Formats: sequence, structure tokens, C-alpha cells
Amino acid sequence: MPDERANESATPLLEVEDLAVEFDTPAGPLRAVRGVSFEVGECETLAIVGESGSGKSVTAQTLMGLVPLSARIAGGRVAIEGRDVVGLSDREWQALRGERISMIFQDPLSALNPSLTVGYQIAEMFRRHRGAGRAEARRRAAELMAQVGIPDAERRLDDHPHRFSGGMRQRVMIAMALALDPRLLIADEPTTALDVTVQAQILRLLRQRQRAERLGMILISHDLGVVARAADRVAVMYAGRIVETGTVAEVYERPAHPYTLGLMRAVPDPRDIGAPLEAIEGRPPDLAARPAGCAFHPRCPFARDVCRTDDPAPRELGLRRASACHFAEEVIAHGRG
Amino acid sequence: MAEAEPLLELSDLVTSYRLRPGIGRPGGEVRAVAGVSLTVHAGETVGLVGESGCGKSTIARTIVGLVRPSGGKVLFDGRDLGTLPAKELRRLRRDIQLVFQDPYASLNPRMTVAALIKEAWRIHPGLVPRERWDDEVRALLERVGLRAEHAGRYPHQFSGGQRQRISIARALAVRPRLIVCDEAVSALDVSVRAQILNLLQELQRDLGVSYLFISHDLGVVRHLCDRVAVMYLGKIVETGSKEDIYRSPAHPYTQALLSAAPSLDDWRADEDGEHGEIVLTGDVPSPLRPPTGCRFRTRCWRAQDRCRDEEPALVERDTGHPVACHFPGALPPPATTAPEGGRPMKE
Repeated sequence: MPDERANESATPLLEVEDLAVEFDTPAGPLRAVRGVSFEVGECETLAIVGESGSGKSVTAQTLMGLVPLSARIAGGRVAIEGRDVVGLSDREWQALRGERISMIFQDPLSALNPSLTVGYQIAEMFRRHRGAGRAEARRRAAELMAQVGIPDAERRLDDHPHRFSGGMRQRVMIAMALALDPRLLIADEPTTALDVTVQAQILRLLRQRQRAERLGMILISHDLGVVARAADRVAVMYAGRIVETGTVAEVYERPAHPYTLGLMRAVPDPRDIGAPLEAIEGRPPDLAARPAGCAFHPRCPFARDVCRTDDPAPRELGLRRASACHFAEEVIAHGRG
Repeated sequence: MAEAEPLLELSDLVTSYRLRPGIGRPGGEVRAVAGVSLTVHAGETVGLVGESGCGKSTIARTIVGLVRPSGGKVLFDGRDLGTLPAKELRRLRRDIQLVFQDPYASLNPRMTVAALIKEAWRIHPGLVPRERWDDEVRALLERVGLRAEHAGRYPHQFSGGQRQRISIARALAVRPRLIVCDEAVSALDVSVRAQILNLLQELQRDLGVSYLFISHDLGVVRHLCDRVAVMYLGKIVETGSKEDIYRSPAHPYTQALLSAAPSLDDWRADEDGEHGEIVLTGDVPSPLRPPTGCRFRTRCWRAQDRCRDEEPALVERDTGHPVACHFPGALPPPATTAPEGGRPMKE
């Protein structure tokens, strides 16, 4: 058992080190992601949480080799199963996508071809990547659809995407993402467009598939409740940077960054119904006008002089636990209370 | 409070849409709201929760007059909006304002903030004398947490949260007594959402305005509302005080909804990583062909033959508050809940 553990930690499925992504704008390069580092192991779900513009989706796209057109990786390292992938050619990426790393999105309709049946689109994966014959591919497509909980899978193979409900479409996306047995799944706001009861179904399905396939998963979300339910570890992003990481228990029980603390207190607390919400004043910074020092300091109740001048680097607080705050200990002591 | 005459009363409201037949779709009539009764009293916040397609937004649109009801009544201050003479109706419409989810879509991008607010006074002349307009705009902007100098800017120059403040300022400009908030904070980031929720509460405290707060977010509704109504497929399935609904939900749909809603405490899972949540099977049926009897029965784990044959009325049963279920009842407490406890554990 200890040996197995040691092996697992030797090569995480995904390593990201000091990643920086820049957008080219008429006003010059804009750094949307900076100094981002994390790892994901087998059977583990890392959630990347943040509000709009925090850089979480750009980070996810970068991991898939899908850097937006006007953007480029300005530094850092990304390794999938130990292999460096920054700078791979399109052809090399195609051999990785779907095979080693897959992604599902908020809006499955945008990722499905509306004019082809769902069965054809899934079967196509087996035909193109596995050289399966028509009948064999169709059989495997039906199997896969049943596996992701689509009732009456055999018959539904011949339906077009618009005949499926939002939840069923997301199941189809999950089926396609997992068709080629990848090791890593990136789920970018996978339930944001879904109703609460359907969201619960999809989160449960993801958990089941993850266990069955021993997948490493990255969950991108703005929803602290979804993250609490679905993730093992959390990375909180603000203005392009990870400001705090830890296990869900650590981060939710004792936030170590004032932004995380602020987020927790801005959400109605199930343990303290009706208590006034403590909003974080102001709004996230425009990346083009990133504040000097710590990007959060203009909104931070803990801010002092040093925060206005020195941008704090992430600091280890324990095993795989870090905070990018000069006063992390003070924040922890303050508590959610 | 229950004794006083309600400010808003929906009585057996029905709103239908006619659907033309389309490709792969038969035509017909959709009863988006299929007989809803609901009251909102002065100074009160009533939450209307439900998932997409349940008819909650259609209720909002019917109340403010964007859609005509095909049955039932909308009473405001005891007067039937369906039979009022045009002039009085116009006067009464001022008392009810609507704030949408997406302020970007509801604010004309070519108008400055000042012009957007003044437009309300053009539509309702006599409310604010013209020479006071500029002062009033300034006061309103400050009231909603913006600054006077914002008056000359255009909607695109603001963030989402600020735009929602503008929508609220514009709603307040005509001094309404009821504001219908249709997913008003749903598009906002968490940190900004809290600011707007606090603003809504502050306005209610200072101005005594009532809210009908329509949302899919159960946490936000619990935070803000005094009373709550839960909708499913065009009908209210359960209604009561906030405590009734959140502490002792009796309708299986309410129970499923509450247990499915993720919360900050959800990282405390059991050893298997499960949360014991009720996971409903399937999707909401099409409102074109709602199930017979109880509309929820196709997804309900308590359903029996009676549920197929007889539609349950929304009445007080042994529950202390109205529930539209033949077999209402509490869930066993989570600790004792095993698969045999009646919860559907499998998908």
C-alpha cells in the first residue's frame, strides 16, 4: 500500500508549474493567467473556483492545448502523465485530446453537430480513433450511452442533439469525452446551465464514472456549493492567479485568503439562516488595470501598506496547502465566524 | 399580517401560449401557468422557486401585463387588473415594476443612465416635476449605491452588478409598491450578488416596498424571503413560511429540490463520498402534455395509483401548510436514511 502511494505521487496525471498566459491586445500584452501551479492525481478532483475574469477558463483551455487565438503561453510548464505538452504541434495534440485528456463544457449544444445523430457522433470516435467497423462502433456507442444513464440508449442513437434535454445532452458529452478512456477530464462549468435536480444527477454521474475509470478531474466552477459537493481539493483564482489551495475541508473550514473568506461570507450560510451577507466591496479588477501589489488589496479588509506594494507569492502553509496572502495566518485565525 | 388585505393576489391564474406546429413538434396550447393562487402583502418578500419551464417567469410577465392571462385574476390592492379601465390600469401599472435577470438586455444601450430613468417619468407624467428630474436622478443613483456622475454614462460602461443597480434605480423612479424580481441576481458573481441582495433588503426596510422574488436559487430565496412557494410544471406544489418550506418540506418535489441544492457544507460527505441527496430520475415532462393526476408523479418515488387518477389540491393537510400531494410527509432524518428509508438511491 505505501509503495503504491509513492508510485502515484511520483507522476501525477497532470502537473502545471508557474503557468502564464498572455493575450495580445492593441494596448500590449495582457497577462490573464500568472504563476499558476497545481497537480492532479488519479481518482482526484481538483476544483478551480473563481468569478468571471479570474482566468479559470483560460487555464482550462490551455490544458487542452486550446489557447485562444489571440493568446499564447508566456511561461511555465504543463505535463500530462509526465510528458511536457507546451509547444506540441496540432497533430501531436490531436493524439492527446480524447485519448489522454478530455473536456466537457457548460453548453453541450455548442460541442455537438446539430445535423448528425448522436449515435453517429459517438460511433465516429470509435471508427476514427479505434478503427472500429460500422456495426461495432454503433454497438459501443449504445453501450456508452447506457453507461452514462441515457434511458433507451439503443433507440436514442438515431436522435439528433436537439431532441435531447439539457441534462441528457450533457450525458452525451460525457459519453463522448470518456469514449477513448482518457486519464484526465476537464469539466468547465458542466452543470451551470442545468436545473438543480438535473445538476445533482450529472454530478453523481461524474463521480461514478470517475471512480470506475480512476479519472483525474478538474472541475471549473463559480459555484462554491457545487465545488463543496464534488471536489477533493480546491484552487481559488483571483485576477489570473491562484490565491489559495488546499483540501475542500481545509479551505471551507479555515480559509487562508481574504478573498476566499469573502466568498464564503457572501453566500447565504446554511448554518446561519438570514444572517446578513457580507458582500465584498467593489468588483474584480480589469486585467488591464491590475492593482499594484496584491491584486485583491483594494477590496481587502486585511490590507496594510505592504499589500499595496508587494504582490505576495503563494506561500506553503502545509502539505499541498498554500495561500498568496501576506497575512494568511491572521485570516485563518479570523475564521468564517 | 395575514389578516390585512394582500397587496397582490393571484387567484387561480392561468396563462397559456399557443404553439404553432414546427418540425418534429405538434402544435397546441401550453398552459405555462396552470391555475396558480398566491398572495404578497405589503412590505413582504415572497419567493417563487422552481426549475426552468415551471412557469415562474410567465407569472412575472403576467403580473406586469406583458402577457394576458387566459383565466383567473390578478388583483392589485383588491382591484382586478383584467377589468380596470385603461387609465386606472396605467396608474396601477406604475405600482408594479419588474427587474430582469439580464440588465444588459433590458437597458437601451443608446440611452444614458439619466435618460433611462427620466423615461419612466415621461411615461408617468405628473409624478416628478420636470425641474426636479436632475436632482431626483442623482438621489436615486446614490440610493442604489451608484454615484451622481454616473448619470451621463451609457449601460456598456458599467459592470453587471452596476447595471443591475441601474435597473433597480429605474424601477424605484416611479415609486412602486411591488417589485417583481425575475432571477434578478442570477447572472451576477457571488461577491457582487451579495451586494445587490443587501441593497434589496435595505430598500425594503427604508421604503417598505414588497418583493415577489423569482429564483431557481434556493439559498438566496431562503436568505431573502418571508414566505416561499414552490412551483412545478405550471402549478404551486407547496407553499408556506420560510421555516415551513426549509425545515419541514412535505412535498417530495420540495424535498428533492432542497436536497439537490449544493451548499457550502456539502464537503462533509459520508465515507463513500455520498451526500444522501435525493436524485430524481428523468426530466421535467413537457408542459404540452403534462401527466394526468399529479404532475410530479412521473418522477416521484412515493407515487401510487391515486396520483395518476386524481390531481392533488393545494390544501393544508397534516402538514401545517398547504401541500399539493396525496402522500405528504417528512423525510426520515438523514442519519437513519438507508436505501430502504424510501429515498431513491439509484438513478
